[in-house]
Amino acid sequence: MFVLSMALVATLWEAYKWLGPKNGGEIFGWKVLPRSKDSLMPHVSDVLSRLTDPINPQTDELVLTGVLKAVWYSFQLVLVGFGLGLAAGLLLAVLMTRFRLAERAILPYLVVSQTVPLIALAPLLSTWSGKVEIAGWEWPQWLTAAMLGAFLTFFPIAVGTLRGLKSPPPAALELMDSFAAPWRSTLFKLRFPAAVPFIVPALKLGAAGSVIGVVVSEISIGLRGGIGRLVIENMRKSNDPPIVYTAVLGAALLGLAMAALVALADALFMRNRPKEAVA
Amino acid sequence: MRNHRIKGAVAAAVALSFVVAACGDDEGGTAATTTAAGGTTCAEVTPVKLQLQWLTQAQFGGYYAAVDQGYYEAQCLDVTILEGAVDITPQTVLANGEADFAIAWVPKALASREAGADIVDIAQVFQRSGTLQVSFADSGITSPSDFAGKNIGNWGFGNEFEVFAAMTKAGIDPASVNNVAQQFDMVGLLEGDIDAAEAMTYNEYAQVLEAINPETGELYTPEDFNVISYEEEGVGMLQDAIWADGTRLSDPAYKDVAVRFVAASLQGWSYCRDNVDACAKIVSDLSPILGLTHQTWQMNEINKLIWPAEGGVGFIDKAAWDRTAQLSQETKNLEGSTVLTKAPDEGAYTNDIVTAAHALLKELGVDINGASYAPIEVTLTEGGV
Repeated sequence: MFVLSMALVATLWEAYKWLGPKNGGEIFGWKVLPRSKDSLMPHVSDVLSRLTDPINPQTDELVLTGVLKAVWYSFQLVLVGFGLGLAAGLLLAVLMTRFRLAERAILPYLVVSQTVPLIALAPLLSTWSGKVEIAGWEWPQWLTAAMLGAFLTFFPIAVGTLRGLKSPPPAALELMDSFAAPWRSTLFKLRFPAAVPFIVPALKLGAAGSVIGVVVSEISIGLRGGIGRLVIENMRKSNDPPIVYTAVLGAALLGLAMAALVALADALFMRNRPKEAVA
Repeated sequence: MRNHRIKGAVAAAVALSFVVAACGDDEGGTAATTTAAGGTTCAEVTPVKLQLQWLTQAQFGGYYAAVDQGYYEAQCLDVTILEGAVDITPQTVLANGEADFAIAWVPKALASREAGADIVDIAQVFQRSGTLQVSFADSGITSPSDFAGKNIGNWGFGNEFEVFAAMTKAGIDPASVNNVAQQFDMVGLLEGDIDAAEAMTYNEYAQVLEAINPETGELYTPEDFNVISYEEEGVGMLQDAIWADGTRLSDPAYKDVAVRFVAASLQGWSYCRDNVDACAKIVSDLSPILGLTHQTWQMNEINKLIWPAEGGVGFIDKAAWDRTAQLSQETKNLEGSTVLTKAPDEGAYTNDIVTAAHALLKELGVDINGASYAPIEVTLTEGGV
């Protein structure tokens, strides 16, 4: 199914190239239709064949190798960021479930935090490298990118989990109370299982967030090694449009890898649930 | 190290990427060495961070050459070069203390200084401006006075002041010109959106000459274009210079590091003057995407901005400095604001460091004037590979 949709995207791209105006088009005087000429919209086949070319004539290293290396590097950062964001999100959600006061105090700040533009935060956070030292351990530059991934991840997870933890019906909670179950037991035996259908979509949002956070901050601070960095590296070659798109393909691959990971988690957590139980 | 022959399936490539990444780690091992290349032993190796404006390219070739040739090491410095990126402003990084030195254009850095950043120009590496306005030969745009009514591209972000200075000098109201925000490439010109595009001699101008002319099927040639040089128009502003932290300059230890850093950097630039191809190779190996002929072209064009250096490489010429400061105060952009509101103070530049560096270089027998410098001829190829 997925391969099919990829093919569909490629076909649409080529169809637009074939039908679309070479020099862009106007609708009611607004220039909205993008130009379809090769110098701006390279053929899919050109982009793919560029992947198997060497980066330059002086090296044997293929463009594909460079892209995959960058994707792998960024993928590690995304995982770190996602992990940190997940932990922070879950912790906050539990805290907010336990204390109403915490929810009223923290939740507005969480919303505000997401309005801070990433590109403003990235250079700020990158200055921590070489300056911030925690118990003799120096803040590495890559952690900046991972932190910004976490920054976009924790919010949907915190909000989704909070909603999930509060989802058990009062009767169920009262039953636990009647057993004199400690709050911890209620949390792990009732609230968390009930929250799973809410956490899984939050994971999907969080995964997308961590990819965006890492890639954008890589572009912003120019972190060497990552796919975001490769995007700006390749952008310098404006006279070779296919190479620009190879990096974009890499970024898409990174997103797909995270999506696959979350789909796996989805299948794992939801395996024993009857379909109608999903609210 | 990078010459692994990598063939085969995608899976194999992924597996190999581990290997290559692991190999990349052993580059940092040289920092601990305490014996300088000249045979003298360093009592202490000082770590130094240099912040560039942009990614690795021949524009910064001299610094990379100084690392590669061990010139910094010989001056007992362990230099880390920090590349620029989309949101990195070198003079801000320097002012915040995250780098010891930074490369920045003079007008932009002076604007930061006026805003309170205590940074000082200690070596004016580029003596001339490399900014051009490029149009097609049939456009009829041969001087800034032809800009009126045309689509004139500029990059913004403080890179546009020469464009506006030229208009002001030619007696053209910038409002009578259709000023277009241009990407950092030449696509706008080649696609016809822009009549005259801003370009650096060493980068964007090469990009149009590396593009295929659809009418002939061959590369564009210089005859296809009209090129306006802002340096020749008399509105050139000083560009890449080495900036230091003004507060720390009162510390003799930092000042000493600055002298040695500038000396080794300028030695790197003189190496690049005499070894254009080798320098292009050094940067191309570190940043393989742009292509070797593009980097060679860039190195050659950069050399033209530096050499010959009458007052010695890096020496800050008062006349050029004053012209830059004057233009920065007089030229209004579209919003009606100027780069500077008042003349920069005396402390904005100093020739003390570069003069002391020259003395060091003379001891080493380095030619700091390049009086006999002659550029090489670089033949561009499609895409600059």
